Amino acid sequence: MPLLDALDLKEQSNVSSPVFAPWDDPNEKPLIRFENVTKRFGTFTAIDDLTIDIYAQEFFALLGPSGCGKTTMMRMLAGFETVTEGRILLSGSDIAQVAPNQRAVNMMFQSYALFPHLSVWDNIAFGLRRDKMPKDQIEARVAEMLKLTRLEKFARRKPHQISGGQRQRVALARSLAKAPKLLLLDEPLGALDKKLRQETQFELMDIQEGTGTTFVIVTHDQEEAMTVASRVAVMDEGRIIQVATPANIYETPNSVYVADFIGDVNIISGTTKPAGADRYHIDWAPNQAPIVATSQNSFSEGQTCHLAIRPEKITIAKDKPEDTENAVQGKVLDIAYLGNLSTYHVELPGGQVIKAQTANTRRISNRGITWEDPVWIRWNATAGVLLEQ
Amino acid sequence: MRKFALIAVPYAWLLALFLIPFLIVFKVSLSDTALAIPPYTPTLKDGFGALIDGLDLENFWFLTTDDLYYKAYLSSLQIALLSTFLTLLVGYPMAYGMARAPEEWRATLMMLVILPFWTSFLIRVYAWVGILSNEGLLNQLLLWVGVINEPLTILNTNTAVYIGIVYTYLPFMILPIYAALDRMDDSLIEAAEDLGCSRLTAFWLVTVPLSKNGIVAGCFLVFIPALGEFVIPSLLGGSGTLMIGKVLFEEFFNNRDWPVASAVAVILLLILIVPIVLFQRNQQKQAEAEQ
Repeated sequence: MPLLDALDLKEQSNVSSPVFAPWDDPNEKPLIRFENVTKRFGTFTAIDDLTIDIYAQEFFALLGPSGCGKTTMMRMLAGFETVTEGRILLSGSDIAQVAPNQRAVNMMFQSYALFPHLSVWDNIAFGLRRDKMPKDQIEARVAEMLKLTRLEKFARRKPHQISGGQRQRVALARSLAKAPKLLLLDEPLGALDKKLRQETQFELMDIQEGTGTTFVIVTHDQEEAMTVASRVAVMDEGRIIQVATPANIYETPNSVYVADFIGDVNIISGTTKPAGADRYHIDWAPNQAPIVATSQNSFSEGQTCHLAIRPEKITIAKDKPEDTENAVQGKVLDIAYLGNLSTYHVELPGGQVIKAQTANTRRISNRGITWEDPVWIRWNATAGVLLEQ
Repeated sequence: MRKFALIAVPYAWLLALFLIPFLIVFKVSLSDTALAIPPYTPTLKDGFGALIDGLDLENFWFLTTDDLYYKAYLSSLQIALLSTFLTLLVGYPMAYGMARAPEEWRATLMMLVILPFWTSFLIRVYAWVGILSNEGLLNQLLLWVGVINEPLTILNTNTAVYIGIVYTYLPFMILPIYAALDRMDDSLIEAAEDLGCSRLTAFWLVTVPLSKNGIVAGCFLVFIPALGEFVIPSLLGGSGTLMIGKVLFEEFFNNRDWPVASAVAVILLLILIVPIVLFQRNQQKQAEAEQ
């Protein structure tokens, strides 16, 4: 699964270079600060009392389903929407009164919004000309942008004479040309096919690191957000549910909503019974042994809880495992074969279906488990996240 | 074979309704006037040989001897150009307003633009006589409001002709411009503002260039019929309004000089071929750009 590959890459790169985490440094000043921002369209509340800091040089992803308010947040940053309540600060000053054409913020539009009557070169030079930059400087800057996005050969073409991927790069070059403090990207890769999208994600990261610009990206594609972003904000109905690094969002979601939105997850609901330091027994089904889980958060006796476990953290076997902690017997209902991985849908005695994932390290003909087989699934006490809601 | 049959239909149409009538007019323009029915000679009754022998360019030569004709052509060109420009000035903001109007209003606005076509053109021009005359609605309104003390003389002047042409051909200007503006992606304007344009520069640098094809199409659709316009100058214009359409009418029906009138018509057509070819090229370019 590419999502996991991306996570691995991220972790590796974090090891080699000093960790970039200005959000953990209390002395760091944010580039952008949303202060209790609310945006209403008539009676509809698009953004609900939202407060968040975004730091310089971050690659910040706003992730959520359509209609969650992520695009509205971006359009408020660009200046196309006004704030109903609260303030937005850019480098410490309120930007409410600053017109879109005066902001040190540029935007890459979802539709790219390339000017069809202008060549690639003129599209990139458009913003520079508005600043009355001297001609030789414009030429130098446009050449630099063309080189950065590998578009030198297409400078004289019109937008309709180049491919979708090239258009995407023109849009990026045009929005970067004015060297904005903040670049907004609205679903920048939405129109590209999967293969090109994955290549472009890494290109975007290289460009972001190379130019040192702060990027805020809006996307509904969780894989994309996880791949490119330094931090991800998961949004729903005008609120931010969780802001964290991709690894933390994936491994320690703060709610069932986030766990369910990012990747695949099994949710087992039950009631807690404290069992020693950070350990809990969860009664989840009648006539079944309680599940053992650990949690840093405290739960009281008999509190409703939800255990979120990723499918890849559950092992599946034909024989009863020796270590009996969190081992449950069930029946294979379905097998989703993804090539590199297989996901087994296992029905437990209570009727609940649990997904377990294994890497296909052997050829398919050697696979031991098939439909209707009785199997044992098990996981470690530390594998899941215990959630209140 | 089927392909041939398919293109044969439009060609037959053009041949029957355009080329043959033109050839007849062209033949008449090469004939001499006569007291006969039809009022020219030679005709096919004289035999084919005599017919060919009898044709000459005398009438075209005649057009150069009387400066009435070239003055009428020039004056028509001037009136057509100016009224096209005025129609653009009135039509562009209307098309822009329609394209920017809320989605649910657009169909109604479009209907309002097209609605006048449901009434006879002649009656609508007559209605303007009632509005523009000395005792007309406009003067009465202005007198009542107190803007003027004396009625304005508008009817039977060139001003009335301009008003008539702008009024009549306005939909031909609005519709292609509206079509161009309606297709335009709103995010282009936002992108222009994002890159440092004010509202006005965004309009000049993005909206106007992108509606250029609509503007060009609209201008030709107004200019071409306005050049040969006859009804509007004869009903609303005065004796001083010189337009080639009027001259043509007088030659045909007052002088009964069909050959000279035909020569005038042939020259008018030659003048119009230039803008028609340019118009076709514009349409073709537009079609290519949209592919």
